Amino acid sequence: MKAAVITFPGSNRETDMLDALERITGKKPLRVWHADSELPKVDLIVIPGGFSYGDYLRCGAMAAHSPIMREVKARAAAGTPILGVCNGFQILCEAGLLPGVLLVNETLKFHCFDVHLRVENSQTVFTSGYSTGQVIRVPVAHRDGNYFADPETLDRLEGEGRVAFRYVTADGVPTKEANKNGSARNIAGIFNETKTVLGLMPHPEDATDPIQGSTDGIGLFRGLAEALA
Amino acid sequence: MTITPEIVASHGLTPDEYKKVLDILGREPNLVELGIFSVMWSEHCSYKSSKRWLRQLPTTGPRVICGPGENAGVVDIGDGLAAVFKIESHNHPSFIEPYQGAATGVGGILRDVFTMGARPIANLNALRFGSPEHPKTRHLVAGVVAGIGGYGNCVGVPTIGGECEFHPAYNGNILVNAMTIGLAKADRIFYSKAAGPGNAVVYVGAKTGRDGIHGATMASAEFSDDSEEKRPTVQVGDPFTEKLLIEACLELMESDAIVAIQDMGAAGLTSSSVEMAGKGGLGIELDLDRVPVRETGMTPYEIMLSESQERMLMILRPGSEEAARRIFEKWELDFAVIGRVTETGRLVLKKGGETVCDIPVGPVSAEAPVYDRPWLPQPKAEPVEAPTAEPIDALRRLLGSPDLASKRWIWEQYDHLVMGQTVIRPGGDAALVRIPGTNKGIAAVVDCTPRYCVADPTAGGAQAVAETWRNLTAIGALPLAITDNLNFGNPERPEIMGQIVGCIEGMRWACLALDYPVVSGNVSLYNETNGQAILPTPVIGGVGLVEDVTRAVTIAFKGAGETILLVGETKGHLGASIYLREIAGKEAGAPPPVDLEAERRNGDFVREQILAGRVTACHDLSDGGLLVAIAEMAMAGDVGATLEVETTPGFLFGEDQSRYLLTTREPETLLARAQAAGVPARVVGRTGGGALTLPGGRAISVAELRQVHESWLPNYMSGH
Repeated sequence: MKAAVITFPGSNRETDMLDALERITGKKPLRVWHADSELPKVDLIVIPGGFSYGDYLRCGAMAAHSPIMREVKARAAAGTPILGVCNGFQILCEAGLLPGVLLVNETLKFHCFDVHLRVENSQTVFTSGYSTGQVIRVPVAHRDGNYFADPETLDRLEGEGRVAFRYVTADGVPTKEANKNGSARNIAGIFNETKTVLGLMPHPEDATDPIQGSTDGIGLFRGLAEALA
Repeated sequence: MTITPEIVASHGLTPDEYKKVLDILGREPNLVELGIFSVMWSEHCSYKSSKRWLRQLPTTGPRVICGPGENAGVVDIGDGLAAVFKIESHNHPSFIEPYQGAATGVGGILRDVFTMGARPIANLNALRFGSPEHPKTRHLVAGVVAGIGGYGNCVGVPTIGGECEFHPAYNGNILVNAMTIGLAKADRIFYSKAAGPGNAVVYVGAKTGRDGIHGATMASAEFSDDSEEKRPTVQVGDPFTEKLLIEACLELMESDAIVAIQDMGAAGLTSSSVEMAGKGGLGIELDLDRVPVRETGMTPYEIMLSESQERMLMILRPGSEEAARRIFEKWELDFAVIGRVTETGRLVLKKGGETVCDIPVGPVSAEAPVYDRPWLPQPKAEPVEAPTAEPIDALRRLLGSPDLASKRWIWEQYDHLVMGQTVIRPGGDAALVRIPGTNKGIAAVVDCTPRYCVADPTAGGAQAVAETWRNLTAIGALPLAITDNLNFGNPERPEIMGQIVGCIEGMRWACLALDYPVVSGNVSLYNETNGQAILPTPVIGGVGLVEDVTRAVTIAFKGAGETILLVGETKGHLGASIYLREIAGKEAGAPPPVDLEAERRNGDFVREQILAGRVTACHDLSDGGLLVAIAEMAMAGDVGATLEVETTPGFLFGEDQSRYLLTTREPETLLARAQAAGVPARVVGRTGGGALTLPGGRAISVAELRQVHESWLPNYMSGH
């Protein structure tokens, strides 16, 4: 699997992502600079976490209009899998590749801690390394992770199997307590219509090495590597 | 404009200091020149009250590559790598405008570290606020924490540790001390000494505005009730620009373009140009019309004294200007050649073709006043009686008290995981980050016990150093060196000066005994409002090395059926303890003495056992003593314990130093080795169950402990 990681000036989890991809797939991913309008041919495009252009405006709003995102949209339309994590998820929503928006957390604070996620649909290129209903533990690190969409959109996402992950308790129950940022229906990550674009707030890349306290994020990258081999 | 005595006084210069200015120049200064002398000779920049005493601290050692005097200290960590670190205060600005004050404190210390050629890999902070009941405290806590998070999270450097305490002595002067650790190649360290007359002086980063003018002078005076009018002297931070500046500087540092580099921190363009020229014994000529400015009509005075953030000054090798410019343009940062290095030894500033300043550099930096201020030794504290209390009840009260309550509410607002290298997260003895591409790790901690320092400055200074050494040891790290942030009141008062002298003396003893030199630091004086000084607070930032991060241990009990050992001697010292303060309402008595020989012996023993794999969890004993430490280990691991201990307040809550709790599955081996090493060790209990159980059957569940420990701060902050 050949992967490209897009780097904006304010990206700050690109090394976490590059490390995780290399650790699990054994291949060094390409690093693509935001000002480039050319994107080499790759099997997976990743938009990592951070603060793209500072995000003083709405998170990801400026990045969504950067030159590289025009190319990302074209690749998405052609079916290349796109993964957006944290700021990457925000950018994908702002760019219209995913529905809905990420609001400021209900607590109005930045959150950095481990969460439990339930895998809602393992029949995708991103989640084939997991089983549906499996609970994984990975960290979050965001201030604007409160997923919002209108009820019709949420119903459609659920009806079409497009909810990827939900915030749950350690034993897999989607409670209010487990949903600290206040996301609609405990949604932590969603797919596009063709399930070739995934955006999620938590950081599976920071749960891929025993020293990080969890290796539950490996499944996502291993699944991708096998599906895209 | 004529310089009147009022103008001199408003610049914080004494009549004697002004006379010295006249002697140096042989004429009256103009306002720009006066402003430059004023900031360079401020307490903040010149260390004029503390310098004489700071010289006594040990600053060298086999691993020290660069000690105090540069932007940050540098320590060799083997394999061609170096740890670069420093701590710095942003106390005054944070009190006036907590979010921006704290945010720019983080920004400033990050710049100090990457200026040396290091990529920042960890941040820590030590915070002290007034009484929780004080009407401003909640607002200050919220603003400071949000500011630190807002800056560090965006820049993408994990904030891995810190401390936070409350005391009425900080009601009018909070303390915000921020520390950064960076990683560099040991043979690629960048310094600030100017060289090469004719070389370009280059300004990079953000534009210069009117913010923060005279911040350094503000930080060198006491507060009064109208200090909030000083809000315009607080700078505004832009972490996104800082992130760009880090990347651009580190990219340029891959080449040989840079001769010298210095960040524009306190006193901005003034201190950076004067310090660089002064260190090189050279002069600098700047054309202020070329300085990128944010506002029109800025005067030379404003340009030179602005403390706008995210700016750097560099001296480049001939011929490298264009390559450097391209890098900064890629990162969309300003890049301007604003002057040249000269042989004159003078700082010459031009604006509109006219010379607006022409002063000798050497005297401004080297002849800054140094004072040997009168000081009074602290009278010895009277012995104090401690009352007895029901132990479980006392434990509950201690764990829910502001200083001992969990600070999760704070550190969960800091991204402590970004970079993906965090091995030990906040909340334990020391935090640990792995060095990318290796198994090695850098351990770090900040600590100070001001109630000890106020009771006995020398013992308190030694204790602060020893406690960081112990915290690092408790995870299995080898302590390497420290950075210090000396926060005190007005040094012109002999009793405050006595605290400074005493604390430094104690620090010196401990640094020498533990081979633990000081490599960088910062002094913050005049932390007083209306004559009320803070507690003497010499915060120590300790840095240690772990050769294999998988060998490090945490404080969490790992499972049932393990033996709990207490290492070190317990006499039951309750003077100046948290128990005495929280249970008896008394802040009295002498602090526990630190026997530095025992400290070293016990610590070396504990580290050796951890690295040998015989220890499953380890925690040092500090505030609150034995029972609090056991409770913290139980909460962290969600495993209870049954204790076999004396139930006197001294045994359970005494704060005798140089002690550790270990859990092990090999108690006989550990006890035998302790005996052989001459280290006191005894069994104090076994892990297991869901409660802490004392002899006689009195118990408290781990769930209840956690409820008490975790709820105080969130409840307080939400106004309950």
